[in-house]
Amino acid sequence: MSILGTRVLRTEDPRFLTTGGVYVEDLVDERLDGACHVFFVRSPVAHARISGIDASAALAAPGVVAVFTAADVADLPTIPPSGPMNKHMQQPMLATDKVRYVGEPVAVVVVEQPYQGEDALELVAVDYEPLPAVLGFDPSDDTLLFEDAGTNVAGWWGNPAELKADLFDGCEVVVSQVIINQRVAPAPMESRGAAAVWGADGRLTAWIPNQGAQGTKGGLARMLNLEPSQVRVITPDVGGAFGAKFGADREHVIVAWVARELGRPARWSETRYENLIGMTHGRAQQHTITIGGSRDGDVLAYRLEVVQDAGAYVRAGGFLPMLTRLMTSGPYDIPRAESVAKVVVTSTTPIGAYRGAGRPEASAALERAIDLFAAEAGLDPADVRRKNLLPAFTEPHRTAFGALYDTGDYVTGLERALAAAGYVELRAEQAARRARGDVRQLGIGLASYVEITGMGEGEGSGPNENATVEVRPDGTATILTGTSPHGQGHQTAWAMLASEELGIPVEKITLKWGDTDLIPKGGGTGGSRSLQLGGAAVRQASQELIEEARQRAAAQLEASPADLVYDKTKTSFNVAGDPDAAVPLTQLAEQERLLIRAVFTGPGATFPFGTHVAVVEVDAETGKPTLLRMITVDDAGVVLNPLLAEGQRHGGIGQGAAQAMVEEVVYDTDGNPLTTSFADYPFVSATELPSFELVDSQTPTTYNPLGVKGIGEAGSIGSTPAVQNAIVDAVAHLGVRHIDMPTTSRRIWQAIRAAGQHSESEHA
Amino acid sequence: MIPAKFDYVAAESAGHAIELLAEHGDDAKVLAGGHSLLPMMKLRLATPELLIDIGGLDELAGVSVDGPDLVVGATTRHADLAASELARAEAPLLAYAASQVGDPQIRHRGTIGGSLSHADPAADLPMALVALGGTVVVEGQAGTRTVGADDFFLGYFETVLAPDELVTAVRVPRRPGVPWGYQKFVRRANDWAIVGVAALDGRIALANMGPTPLRAAAAENALAAGASAADAAELAADGTSPGEDLHADREYRRHLARILTRRALEHETA
Amino acid sequence: MTQIELTVNGEKRSDEVEPRLLLVHYLRELLGLRAANVGCDTTSCGACTVLLDGKSVKSCTVLAVQASGHEVTTAEGLAVGGELHPVQAAFRQQHGLQCGFCTPGMVMATVGLLAENPHPTEAEVREGLEGNLCRCTGYHNIVRAVLAAAQAQAGQVTGEQVTA
Repeated sequence: MSILGTRVLRTEDPRFLTTGGVYVEDLVDERLDGACHVFFVRSPVAHARISGIDASAALAAPGVVAVFTAADVADLPTIPPSGPMNKHMQQPMLATDKVRYVGEPVAVVVVEQPYQGEDALELVAVDYEPLPAVLGFDPSDDTLLFEDAGTNVAGWWGNPAELKADLFDGCEVVVSQVIINQRVAPAPMESRGAAAVWGADGRLTAWIPNQGAQGTKGGLARMLNLEPSQVRVITPDVGGAFGAKFGADREHVIVAWVARELGRPARWSETRYENLIGMTHGRAQQHTITIGGSRDGDVLAYRLEVVQDAGAYVRAGGFLPMLTRLMTSGPYDIPRAESVAKVVVTSTTPIGAYRGAGRPEASAALERAIDLFAAEAGLDPADVRRKNLLPAFTEPHRTAFGALYDTGDYVTGLERALAAAGYVELRAEQAARRARGDVRQLGIGLASYVEITGMGEGEGSGPNENATVEVRPDGTATILTGTSPHGQGHQTAWAMLASEELGIPVEKITLKWGDTDLIPKGGGTGGSRSLQLGGAAVRQASQELIEEARQRAAAQLEASPADLVYDKTKTSFNVAGDPDAAVPLTQLAEQERLLIRAVFTGPGATFPFGTHVAVVEVDAETGKPTLLRMITVDDAGVVLNPLLAEGQRHGGIGQGAAQAMVEEVVYDTDGNPLTTSFADYPFVSATELPSFELVDSQTPTTYNPLGVKGIGEAGSIGSTPAVQNAIVDAVAHLGVRHIDMPTTSRRIWQAIRAAGQHSESEHA
Repeated sequence: MIPAKFDYVAAESAGHAIELLAEHGDDAKVLAGGHSLLPMMKLRLATPELLIDIGGLDELAGVSVDGPDLVVGATTRHADLAASELARAEAPLLAYAASQVGDPQIRHRGTIGGSLSHADPAADLPMALVALGGTVVVEGQAGTRTVGADDFFLGYFETVLAPDELVTAVRVPRRPGVPWGYQKFVRRANDWAIVGVAALDGRIALANMGPTPLRAAAAENALAAGASAADAAELAADGTSPGEDLHADREYRRHLARILTRRALEHETA
Repeated sequence: MTQIELTVNGEKRSDEVEPRLLLVHYLRELLGLRAANVGCDTTSCGACTVLLDGKSVKSCTVLAVQASGHEVTTAEGLAVGGELHPVQAAFRQQHGLQCGFCTPGMVMATVGLLAENPHPTEAEVREGLEGNLCRCTGYHNIVRAVLAAAQAQAGQVTGEQVTA
């Protein structure tokens, strides 16, 4: 029986459960003996000129080794904006003349012992001459974050002048809405950190929690003006990332710089306060949607105008709206659709990738648009989806935005989710509660989505990833992968793939990743790429290894390779029909290293899809929402290990629901962040979420031999709009049309009240 | 984050703690469970030079009955109060309030004396004390005094405690079998109340509707005059001065106070 | 510096510590017990949860000096003779962990919860873990794991009773 598709328990778990993972802060390594500890002085103001820094008191404090400012790191380059954005918007390694957000690193204090750091930080005196904060999706150019740029608009994706004036001609129903996809914090449980040491040979070794050591190495080398060969990155256990640990941040560069400058190892670990202002945030888009169609529910036209608040420096914010635009029309067949995106800079923490990165935003806008259209036309939102979803296809489908959907059966996904939810019964229950005027009203929300996964290149062109498989003389196997697990369970999953080909049990297969000396190339883990590229590479390498072994065994047995049979249960080759003429893999490995490196390259990205149904209760008196049920179809092709795939879905669903209901990074009008701890930033606990009802659905892709697509982000893409739609739905009969996320009790109450006042004034 | 440096003394008795308080004045803070104080110290919002640890003083812990009162020692932990059969029988509102503080780990450490001394107007136990009409037993160099719940809290994080005084016990009237209601409106289960209401036998206490836990006096008066719970609740926000924050503006808080008061008067708990 | 004497995972310890040393740092830095993690500044996340005299506490908000005279149990002290504790085994069986950062704290909170309430309902499990945050699992499988651990432990108790 094949091990593929079975619920193999994670081989990673025992150490996590007993001694705990070894995260960067846990590292004990003789290379790091005598390390100094780096602490960052961060700007307490949103936008200001720095008129002076006095470090004398800090330098005199116990244990302080050094204090460095921008002047000290002047040899380091500035970081250009990503995407086709204004090149004057450069990010310095430490703030030079200006600070542009609360949390921007201004100076570093280096101490002997960790407990001395916070004491010394308080003693660094920085003089700030405050400037007006630059905030919102339409910041005026009266105050410029970057004077040289001449504007706070970083750039555009698409040309607003090309939006068609007649797009909605012939539509009987047209609805417009401005929708905020709020700023959220990735908030992995492990915040950022680093440890760095330089060898006598001038080579840097850096331990950094990341999502792909090779990308982090490239970033470090570039920002430290080094050749890539001068940098080794080692990935410790990583306590969650969600898109925000890709590459290298300036803090990582500074830690490495300090280690070189002081000639001793240096370490840094971020507090949660720092993490919530210093790590990139996610989302932060404004969507102006217009949707039009016929009164009986045909959607004929859709326009999406995006504004991306990139924060103070254009990091992933420069290209996230490109992904949003790519997925504008989602799973629907919309005859006329267009979108455009503007990127602005504001005096806030820079925006980066966050679970879904650009695609959840597209999905959230579109799914609200579909519901707004259905409400305006007086139609059931399920019917509108049925009517407009693309029909099932097995040949790739090209959208108007250039996306090439590989395989999909969106209507079946919708129907399965509705059936599992008991949609008809839920609507009946809702009607009954409405008729009774219950305090607790029921809301049912749908979201049908398609998303894009499996981009990213480790080497060459086309989505690809490498794997090296080696069988050892002792009967164990080792896999080297260019992916970078941090909770996804690659050690188990990759071992399953190799075991399937080699017959070596999962427990005897070790996975290694994240050491750039061992694995120089790799695309890391993000964008839901790992299994479909990295996993496919493991399969390919394992198969090639068996073929290589077959050749060697054939030579040994003086038989034709074609006459050899590989017996997985014995991990041994024998001549067909002659079990005695056998050569075990271990014997071949003993004679000569049995090792194959393979690169799997796919023809393109894959497009998982699904439908989520959220059921909520809203207390119409207080506005308090309760998420009662989440029923989801998330079809990411063939499932390798249901245990792991379900875990990915659960996590995504939870995070997406949290964005819909509670999470938001909030700034006041002066640009001061108000959500700088987990007491204020409403990270959800188990109490706010229900158990999830997952519906199985597996439509294979033809883009890789495993038939798999990515499942890491799908949960968050579907659940966010489903929950938001459910909450609006719960109070729709009171006249509420839209509530922005997070749909807090206050917002719901205000929406109910505003709708009531509106209808009263209509009646008056 | 870590606290600034301080000296530490484990008090040998309540008297010893009071002596140390008298000696060090404002530079000293009393440490019991530490779940109000240590978070403030880690954020460096509090930087005492001396911590006087009374957490190990058994003489200050425990739940007992004394005549008409239930007596709760100042260092009684929330979890112990919530689980106390005596408290659940004699003052179930108080036991329930203790079960609503923070999360299990916090309830295993935090103490009633600490919570009252910290005087967070959004907290559970100050509101419960006001609803029950209890008293706080305070000891200082000048001796022992008892302060009524309505007089104990002066403002945000401010009480009548003098620098050399220590809360040693809390007394609440025994009210077995008297119906009560408790409403804690939160964003997440382990958050502080956006608005809280505790009601028992005509007394109504509000949390987070002003700088201290408050009595909903107008609503109480209406009830006393024979108004229905629903009508009285309409007056619950009268005379309050709620603040504004991330979670609620004044208007929403006032609205919540009215709705939650009605529910509390109908003996609902949430 | 203050002298403290305590028992950690069954072993008696005596150390000189700075009064401000947090219990979590005492465990991690002085004793090398690094399973408990620091995930926040505000007693919110529970990643540092250990047992103090058998009750779950957040070791980032307990001073090492406050633990003097008491017994501390960390995740490292749960497994006996290489066998996972029933709670640890249930977390593995139910895939109740992904990145693992919250896991030791979550496991210790669960051990504490089940000691107080051996047969919790799903709602009681969720409330019982309200002080422990996880960003990976959506809590679904954590809740399953706690319920499974409760069942497994009940099975053990029944087994002993039958023997007796």
